[in-house]
Amino acid sequence: MSFTKNVFIEKLKNNRQIVIPSAMLIVNFIFRIWMISFCGIMVIHIPLTAATHTVCADCTLKNLHEALDYAKPCDTILVQKGIYHGEVLEIRKSITFIGQDHPILDGQEKNELISVKTNDVNIIGFQLINAPFSSSREMAGINVYNASNINISNNQLRNTCFGIYLANVTHCTVQNNSLHSVSDIELNAGNGIHAWKCDHLNIASNEVSGHRDGIYFEFVTKSLITDNQSYENLRYGLHFMFSHEDEYRNNRFENNGAGVAVMYTKKVTMLNNQFIHNWGDSAYGLLLKDISDSHIENNIFDQNTIGIQMEGSSRIVITNNTFTFNGWAVQLQASCDNNNFLSNNFNGNTFDIATNGTLVLNTINGNYWDKYEGYDLDKDGIGDVPYRPTSLYAMLVSEMPFTIMLWRSFVVYLLDRMEKVIPSITPESLIDAEPLMKKVKHDPRITTP
Amino acid sequence: MGKIIKYVLYDILQNKIIIAYTLFLLVVSVSMLSLETDTNKGTLSLLNIILIVLPLVSIVFATIHFYNSYEFIELLIAQPLQRSKILLSQYFGVTIALLTAFGIGVGMPLVLLSFTEASSMLILSGALLTVVFTSLAFWASVITNDKAKGIGISLLLWFYFSLIYDGLVLLLLFSFSDYPLEKAVMVFTALNPVDMGRIMILLKLDISALMGYTGALYKQFFGSGYGTIISTGVMLVWAIVPIAFAVRIFNRKDL
Repeated sequence: MSFTKNVFIEKLKNNRQIVIPSAMLIVNFIFRIWMISFCGIMVIHIPLTAATHTVCADCTLKNLHEALDYAKPCDTILVQKGIYHGEVLEIRKSITFIGQDHPILDGQEKNELISVKTNDVNIIGFQLINAPFSSSREMAGINVYNASNINISNNQLRNTCFGIYLANVTHCTVQNNSLHSVSDIELNAGNGIHAWKCDHLNIASNEVSGHRDGIYFEFVTKSLITDNQSYENLRYGLHFMFSHEDEYRNNRFENNGAGVAVMYTKKVTMLNNQFIHNWGDSAYGLLLKDISDSHIENNIFDQNTIGIQMEGSSRIVITNNTFTFNGWAVQLQASCDNNNFLSNNFNGNTFDIATNGTLVLNTINGNYWDKYEGYDLDKDGIGDVPYRPTSLYAMLVSEMPFTIMLWRSFVVYLLDRMEKVIPSITPESLIDAEPLMKKVKHDPRITTP
Repeated sequence: MGKIIKYVLYDILQNKIIIAYTLFLLVVSVSMLSLETDTNKGTLSLLNIILIVLPLVSIVFATIHFYNSYEFIELLIAQPLQRSKILLSQYFGVTIALLTAFGIGVGMPLVLLSFTEASSMLILSGALLTVVFTSLAFWASVITNDKAKGIGISLLLWFYFSLIYDGLVLLLLFSFSDYPLEKAVMVFTALNPVDMGRIMILLKLDISALMGYTGALYKQFFGSGYGTIISTGVMLVWAIVPIAFAVRIFNRKDL
């Protein structure tokens, strides 16, 4: 390959002396396009242009390090089934690694596995196992530093402390990977997909379990997170901070230690996600802390201790979501303002909405509440009597958790009834003036732009 | 003793009130379970019946039955029989009759229509509540010879356990809210059989909301397999103590 390339460059150099400058520009342009497609991600180009080296136990190239030394940039290294040990594989050339039948890279609890330090690297189809825990460094299955155009696909990571660790990376695709780890305590566990100071990431169809945080973002902007499954992680299924203008679609966060926590972020879009069974003391389906100008639509919150906990959040549109069988569907702290709850379904929740003050600066309108007891005389589908989604007891319990002892007792029933007639403690303005008589129909699979 | 229980049982099972009670429970449970699409919701609605109606009927029926069979008891005392055995057989007779009514009226529909962990706990705590309140009724009726007074005491007891006690606890929790009351709350729960029964069922139903620190304590203490034994034990203490007092008073009583 390098031969043809050199010949071409030689030709170009020779040409330079005879062609006119404008023709030179055209040739230069063509050459650039050729280079781009040449080094591109497309596997289909590889047999035509770049060389392919095969690594296996019986081949001339016995391990990945040898192959990496031998290969030229833009080459492909094909790794056949087997188990490979050794030092950390430090990639400083733009190379495509393809594993056939998931060859195993074993860190043997001694070193991390792959460290990518240049652009245009593809890592496809490996099984990476046993990266150690270190107190001083963040050991990962695949580390990427200061790079762009990286593609990490179809890998299986098992028992790697951190799974995929991206630092200062742009335009990176992480797709169809499965990351499973068994950590017992948060202190010596790593995050599944960890991204710091990145932009334009595409995290799609990954499966993460048993890590500290399933997906962790810090300063990650303009990224798309779709179709991932994050479950049984020790802390959060998804955790992000300062990650503006990201979009989350069709993800499923299930059974994580404390659910999903998102903080200090602007312009987040969350569509069609499922927050399921995040159960336990201070566990949330979704914790929104200092989030603003965001859009939360068509999500399902099922069986969480708290469906959405909102603190210090502003200008969020929460629409067409379904809240079922949560302890509290929504904990709306008085520090939130200008949020808009519209066309959501509240069904089978122990408490619908609880708040911690009398000040309400949010709009709650046109939702369906299964506890609504009003009527609709003019048959327009909107209840004629406003609904009060918060009850005295719900507020009491949030303030004094031990009063849960009296839940569903007759006294509490009487108190709630009285409070509904003459509100004294519950904020008078926290009402749904136009409660719906029937459930909002929505299909969580339909993507809304 | 067995023979007396048999007579008491025959007497009660022919009684129209117990048949009406069985039918009432049966109609209520079947309609609630089949009307609600969500079985948990059906169980929840039944919970209210269990917590209010069951103790009331148990305590009032047992008290009235005791006074109505006063002459029969006097007749038995004239025979060479131990007084404690006479009272205990009366107690077991009434309890078995009420349990049968509960079993047919609530237990059977629950098992057939929606058999879950929660509904089995509902059956257990309902049965325990019946036993406890019958026992309380016997204690109330041996205290006084006056039928009206006896029924009055029974009703007051029911009122206290289902309403006043919770109100007092709420007041207490309110006034001492600055203190860590999580463990005290467990004691408060154990001191009222109705609360105890409610918590036993709720731990299987609304666990998510109960999950705070208190909930975790509750679950650890009353909710686990071991905890179910503890809570059943507490309920059984609530059944044994009043009837033991009743036997003690009855033994020394001038009839």
